[in-house]
Amino acid sequence: MEGGVVLLDFWPSMFGMRVRIALAEKEIKYEYIEQDLRNKSDLLLQMNPVHKKIPVLVHNGKPICESLVQVQYIDEVWKNQAPLLPADPYKRATARFWADFVDKKMYDSGSRVWKTKGEEQEAAKKEFIGNLKLLEGELGDNLYFGGDGFGYVDVALVPFYCWFYAYEQCGNFSIEAECPKLIAWAKRCMQKESVAKSLADPEKVYGFLLQLKKAYGIE
Amino acid sequence: MATSEVKLLGSWPSPYAMRPRIALNIKSVDYEYIDEKLWEGKSQLLFQSNPVYKKIPVLIHGHLKPICESLIIVQYIDEAWSSGPSILPSDPYERAVARFWAAYLDDKWFPAVKSIGVAKGEEEKKAAIAQVEQGLGLMEEAFGQCSKGKAFFGGDEIGYLDIAFGSFLGWLRVTERFNEMKLIDEANTPGLAHWADSFCSHAAVKDVMPDTDKLAEFGKMVIAKIKAAGAAAQRH
Repeated sequence: MEGGVVLLDFWPSMFGMRVRIALAEKEIKYEYIEQDLRNKSDLLLQMNPVHKKIPVLVHNGKPICESLVQVQYIDEVWKNQAPLLPADPYKRATARFWADFVDKKMYDSGSRVWKTKGEEQEAAKKEFIGNLKLLEGELGDNLYFGGDGFGYVDVALVPFYCWFYAYEQCGNFSIEAECPKLIAWAKRCMQKESVAKSLADPEKVYGFLLQLKKAYGIE
Repeated sequence: MATSEVKLLGSWPSPYAMRPRIALNIKSVDYEYIDEKLWEGKSQLLFQSNPVYKKIPVLIHGHLKPICESLIIVQYIDEAWSSGPSILPSDPYERAVARFWAAYLDDKWFPAVKSIGVAKGEEEKKAAIAQVEQGLGLMEEAFGQCSKGKAFFGGDEIGYLDIAFGSFLGWLRVTERFNEMKLIDEANTPGLAHWADSFCSHAAVKDVMPDTDKLAEFGKMVIAKIKAAGAAAQRH
């Protein structure tokens, strides 16, 4: 494993997708190693002993963990191509804030949509849409969160788009009806090869989610 | 730079509010510090400056919109005042390591420290203490790797991970006092024991690190409030 780039990942993971997108944006060749999370490999446990989670990026034999840390690392090492973070310190702070917001809010509120039913689910949907609307507000009339160019916040958020169909099926609602600008943004991102080839197929994600629900004992 | 050009909203017991203050001190930046007494209610300025989370710290720099989240503020300070001493390491891999550990401390370790204070029963408390000690073991190892024999995680000078971790020392000491135990000590975590002393006595830190007695008094009040709220919730 000396030299070169390796990604330990799991195909439906939004966090892994962020790294795939960043690597694709920078046109970095890497070895993708699919992980079985129910039966964690020695390699995974060795490379991420603290959290035992994917994604793990390995560069020149050294592991880097946590998806946003990985994306920043990729941006800093391969800095001459497709910059993801802007140059200006204030704009960088803003980008970091919104990527961190995605981290704090999106996964948990999305999970609550498919894990709950009835009143609890209605509350979960409301919170989920509320978070998306805040993001939509931040996007404004820009093409991307990065402004005219695709950037760090776009990378942080767009992987969740391939999970929207699954959330909609579970929650019986339309995200596009509530957040049309955000869906337009997501479709715009999907026109980029780096995004299209990194995101999982929404139908497959839904199939995976149905299996997860079974495993959790949720109807 | 005029003092009013840089404002920081904070709260004296908050480890998160301490972080940007240390960073500004490292860069020798004058700033106006506005102390929020959060236990008495949040100010209009705070609501306006951080509408998303309504939390301190918040940095207001000149005419720019406010910057929120302590570690994001620290990185901003490092980048905006680039001529001062560097806070983040210069090597991308070392930066990734520092960011990883800072996230670990915020997401996993400090919540475990807090849970000791509000643990219900001995079993819960023991489990929380074990988690904190395990984390300190990881940090002792990380210190060895990052410091490379020097005084700080950042090397000769205080850096990002020193700030992220060191800001929790006040509350760690209060926890040690309340539970009559040592969590960082010469026997188990010798590297961290020396580092903690060096950190707390550093010029950029000593005036913003709250006094342990004062923090302990405040801690008693907070724990009492949390337990009362819990008991009240259970009665309903």
